[in-house]
Amino acid sequence: MREMMIILVSAVLVDNFVLTKFMGICPFLGVSKKVDSAAGMGVAVTFVMVMATLCTYPVYTLLLVPFGLQYLNTVSFILIIALFVQLVEIILRRFVPPLYQALGIYLPLITTNCAVLGVTLLNITEEYTFAQSVVNALGAGIGFTIALLLFAGVRRRLEAANPPKPFSGMPITLISAAIVSLSFLGFSGVVENLFG
Amino acid sequence: MKNREIFLRGLLKENPVLVMLLGTCPTLAVTTMALNGIGMGLATTFVLLGSNVVISLLKRVIPKEVRLPCYIVIIAGFVTLVGFLLERYLPALNQALGLFLSLITVNCIILGRAEMFASKNSVGKSALDALGMGFGFTLALFCMGAVRELIGAGTIFGIDITFGVLEPMLIFILPAGGFFVFGCLIALVNRLTKGRAAERRSQADGCAGCPAAGACGGCEEVAK
Repeated sequence: MREMMIILVSAVLVDNFVLTKFMGICPFLGVSKKVDSAAGMGVAVTFVMVMATLCTYPVYTLLLVPFGLQYLNTVSFILIIALFVQLVEIILRRFVPPLYQALGIYLPLITTNCAVLGVTLLNITEEYTFAQSVVNALGAGIGFTIALLLFAGVRRRLEAANPPKPFSGMPITLISAAIVSLSFLGFSGVVENLFG
Repeated sequence: MKNREIFLRGLLKENPVLVMLLGTCPTLAVTTMALNGIGMGLATTFVLLGSNVVISLLKRVIPKEVRLPCYIVIIAGFVTLVGFLLERYLPALNQALGLFLSLITVNCIILGRAEMFASKNSVGKSALDALGMGFGFTLALFCMGAVRELIGAGTIFGIDITFGVLEPMLIFILPAGGFFVFGCLIALVNRLTKGRAAERRSQADGCAGCPAAGACGGCEEVAK
């Protein structure tokens, strides 16, 4: 249990996917303008991350490893993610229309989100067990959501700011992302002290 | 469009990173050293060249409805190939790029070029386009890496140039420094082009057809 908590808290705070691992920067910069859309994207990514891990881990351990095909992990994982995202979209549209209304527009974009492929591949390279992988995926998703929500707040202030002209738009957004990332640096060492 | 122009526009005028703001994840993640930036850029160029040529050859065979999964599988195949080559011949670079080597698969520059260019043009033109965009990507990554390595570690290509006099600012090779340097570089490009870069971003055909449209920073700039 303690081990699980360490993995979870590390994935959420210390090794935040967006701010320290640089995965999923595109949605981080693109969808963080409004708090609602940031929350929607965050929930959709978390959901797909956990489900993708549930699908890719068995495929890797039960199919690729016994046949010595580990090198096919990138190809097979991206296919599984693409298929899975499509499937979720169809199921949601058919059976849970309100959820589809809320998350639907984000789903197709998640296929090419490197955070999802990243977390499934990372679970393999870190040699996590099945349960640890799922916890890691959940933590990565929560971390992604937190980063997006926090940054949505920062960006609301940026809208009103008046930076020098060459800095307006994306450059000033990136520089504020640098400051947010700097604040996450403060979490390093926290996990050891919390659970150590 | 002339062949020369197809090649050259990727380098500067429509530089995928500094002007179009695509492929931001590897740009930020692997550029702690200039050499890693170049390595990542060339690996991506190889994948881009391979996928553009193959997709251009198969453009009449791939059904329109399932083209994106087809493109992704072709790209992932080339990524696996690059992984093998680096593992055998450049293990140090393979180690440094780590997970981001596999993540070339989801680099939006590659899928974007497949969708916008290779699926509509001849093999030769697609190859030129891939080389131009790839070298433009490499150039941008080299700039990022050089600045971060110089300020953050006081070295260029691993050679110490501070002579022990200056203390390097470690923060620049930490994640926060990546965001900061990237922001400053884009501001510099905006300044040098007197805002034309941002304009070009909104006119270019690069984003609307991209499957990641709307999810990436470049596209929102377009929408404005």
